[in-house]
Amino acid sequence: MRSRKPLALFAAAALALAGCSGGGGDASTEGPVTLTWWHNRTTEPMKSKWQQIADDFHKTHPNTSFTIEPLQNEQFQTKVPLALQGNTPPDLFQQWGGGALADQLKSGKIADITQASSGWIGPLAKNADGWKVGGKQYGAPYLMHAVGFWYRKDIFATAGITATPTTVDELNAAVTKLKTAGVVPIALGGKDRWPDAFYWAYFAVRQCSVDTLKKAVEKTELTDPCFLKAGENLKSFLDTKPFQDGFVGTPAQQGAGSSAGLVANGKAAMELQGDWNPDVMQALTEDKEIGSKIGWFPFPSVPGGQGDPSVLLGGGDGFSCTTRAAKACAEFLGHLVGDDVQKILAETNSGLPVTPAGVAALKSEPHKTIAAAMTKASHVQFYFDTAFPTKVGQALNDTIANFFAGQGGPDTIVKSVSEAAAGNK
Amino acid sequence: MMSAAITTRPPTAPVPHAPAAGGTRRRSRLRPRLELAFLLTPALLLFIGFVLIPIGVAGYYSLYSWNGFGPLTDFVGLDNYVDAFSGDVFQGAIGHNLIIAVLSVVVQLPLSIGLALLLNRKLRGRTFLRMVVFAPYVLSEAVTAVIWLLMLQPGGFVDEILRGVGLGGLVQLWLADQSLVLYTLFVVITWKYIGFGVILLLAGLQGVPAELREAAALDGASAWQTTRHVVLPLLGPTIRIWIFLSVIGSLQLFDLVWIMTLGGPANASTTMATYLVDHGFKRYEFGFGSAVAVILFIICFVFALFYQRFALRRDTAGALTGAR
Repeated sequence: MRSRKPLALFAAAALALAGCSGGGGDASTEGPVTLTWWHNRTTEPMKSKWQQIADDFHKTHPNTSFTIEPLQNEQFQTKVPLALQGNTPPDLFQQWGGGALADQLKSGKIADITQASSGWIGPLAKNADGWKVGGKQYGAPYLMHAVGFWYRKDIFATAGITATPTTVDELNAAVTKLKTAGVVPIALGGKDRWPDAFYWAYFAVRQCSVDTLKKAVEKTELTDPCFLKAGENLKSFLDTKPFQDGFVGTPAQQGAGSSAGLVANGKAAMELQGDWNPDVMQALTEDKEIGSKIGWFPFPSVPGGQGDPSVLLGGGDGFSCTTRAAKACAEFLGHLVGDDVQKILAETNSGLPVTPAGVAALKSEPHKTIAAAMTKASHVQFYFDTAFPTKVGQALNDTIANFFAGQGGPDTIVKSVSEAAAGNK
Repeated sequence: MMSAAITTRPPTAPVPHAPAAGGTRRRSRLRPRLELAFLLTPALLLFIGFVLIPIGVAGYYSLYSWNGFGPLTDFVGLDNYVDAFSGDVFQGAIGHNLIIAVLSVVVQLPLSIGLALLLNRKLRGRTFLRMVVFAPYVLSEAVTAVIWLLMLQPGGFVDEILRGVGLGGLVQLWLADQSLVLYTLFVVITWKYIGFGVILLLAGLQGVPAELREAAALDGASAWQTTRHVVLPLLGPTIRIWIFLSVIGSLQLFDLVWIMTLGGPANASTTMATYLVDHGFKRYEFGFGSAVAVILFIICFVFALFYQRFALRRDTAGALTGAR
C-alpha cells in the first residue's frame, strides 16, 4: 500500500536481524516447503486476512506452510536490500514493482516466474505490467492503486459548485469559489514530499502522450519538451495558491491537522490522493459519516495537452518470489489473484482488485468509480518515483518538493532526472 | 578570592608494591593475565564485531558506487566524499548540525544550570517540580516528535495557546517557514533534553560540600558570590561532560527532525544523519551513504578526541588517559 506511515521509523535495528527463519525445502523438489513471507499489513483487518488466506492455502496444499512476518511499510526500504544481499532472503515479499524491482534484480535472487505464472496471469492484463522487467514477470500485484481528487460533496454544494471539474480551468474556477466560501480549496501534505509529486506527475501525464511517457520511463529521461511544459503548467497552478497555509510542513496522514485530516474535518474541500484515502480520513475524524460525504473525480484534463485524459496515475501492491522456493511461491501468488481471494480483498476496500472478478465484487461507491476509471484507462502511469530506478525517483520527488517550497523551476525538475541517472548526487 | 585552593580530588597515592616471593612470581603474573583475557574477551569481541568491523566495512563501501545489490565492482575512490562535500545540501546539513550544537551550549547550558540551582533549593513541591522537568526526557524521541508535529500545525495547540493569551501576533508557520524551522526544532530539542542536563547538574550539586558554602557565608560572600566562585567551579566536571554529550547528540541529531520535517521544507532542516538516510538508504546509494556515515563518524571522533585531550583532561586523568 502506498499509504506511507512516517511513524514507522527508519529502522537502524533492521541491520541486525534480517529474516533468519524459513524451513527446509527446495525449488526443484516436491517436498514440503515453508515460505517466509514479508508483507506490509501490520494492522487489522488485513493482517489477519493474510493469515487466514495462508492457512486456507496450507489446507489445500499441505506441502506448503508459511512463516509470516508483517513489517512496517518503511522497513522494506532497508530490510529488503540487506536480505537480498544475505543468504536467507524471504521467499515472498512486498513488491511495488517498477524501478525498485529492476534494482533488486541485480541481486540475482528474484525468481523469474514468467513460466510459472502463465496459467493465471491472463486476467490481470495490463495490471501485471509493472512487475515485468525486460518482458519477464518477476512478481505480481494483488491490489492496484490510483490517484485522483477526493472531495467533500457537502462543501462543494455550499460553495455552489454543481459539477466536478473536468478541465484545469474548471478546477481553477472551483478553487476561486471555494476561497470565496472561506474554505481551503485543496489540502496538501507537503512535508511528506510524495503528495507533491502527484501534482507534477499528473500535469506530465496530461501534457505528454502515452508513448512519450513510456519512452521516458524506459530511457530514464525527461527530454521531451512536454515535461517542461508540465512543470510550467504546475507553476501556473501553484500561483493560484490553492493549498492551505504552510502546506510544506503539513504531514499527509497524521492527525487532524494533516492534509487528510483537514478534508475529513471539513476544513478543506479537496485532496489529490490515492484510493486508500477514505480509510485514512476515517481514522482522523469523529465524523462517522465521512465515507458518504466524500466523492472522487479524476485529475482534470489540461487544455492543449497531448495526454489522454483517461490515463491514471497509480501503482500497486504485489509480491515477488525469491529463487529458493519459487515454484511454491508462484503457485501461492496465483492463489492471491484467484477469484476467491480477490473477492475477499475487494471487501476490505484497501485497494482495487487486479482481476475483473474482483472488481465486480467491490461495494464502496468511490472504489467502484475508481476501478471503472482504471478499466477504461488506456494506460496506468506508475508513480514516477516507483517507475524510475530508486535513486532517480527519489531525486525527482525531492526536487519537486523543493519546487513546491519555492526553490528551482520547471527545468530543475526535468534536469534532476538526467543528473540522478548520470550518478550525480 | 577563594576558588584557587579548592580541590575535591583525593591526592593520588602510590599503590604499595608487595614484594613477591621467587616461587610464586610466575603464577602471580600469569593469573591476572588470564583473568584479564577471560573478562575482557566477550566485551572486546562484541566491540570489534559491532563497532570496529562495521566502521571498517563502511569505509570500504564508501569507496564504491554501490546500490546495495550484487558485488562491489564500481570502484570510485574518493568520489563519494567529493560529491558529498561539494553538494549544497550536505554543506547545509553540516551547518545545521553546528547551529544546533552551538545553540545547545549557549542556550541550554545556562538554562539547565539555572533550573538545577533552583531545584536544588529547599522549596515546596521540589520532587514534583524535578519530575516535571525531567519527564520529557523519558519520552521517546518518536513520541516527542509526533506530539510536537501535531501541536505545531497551523491553527494547532501552540497557535491556539498564543492566541489565547493575546500573543496571536507571534503565530508563525513553525514548521513550514524555511528560515524558522530549524529554530522551532531547537526549541523542541531543548524541551526534550533540558531535563537530562538538570538531573546531571543536580547530581553534581550534591557533590558540593555544605561546609564550603558555610565557609563562604562566614567569609561574607553573597549568594551570587558563593554560586559564582564556589558552586560553579565545583560543577565544572559535570558541565564539561554535559557539553560533550550535548555536542555529540547535536551532531547525530536524527529522529526528531526525521519525523517532524523529514529535513524539509526544501532542506531547511536537513542534518547529516537525515541526509545520510535520504541519500543513502532511500535512494539505494549505499556506497555514497557509507561515505556520509564515515564523514559523520570522523567529525564526531575528532571532536571527541580534541575535547578529551583539552577540556576533559583534568576530569578524566587516570581513567581515560595515561595517568602520568
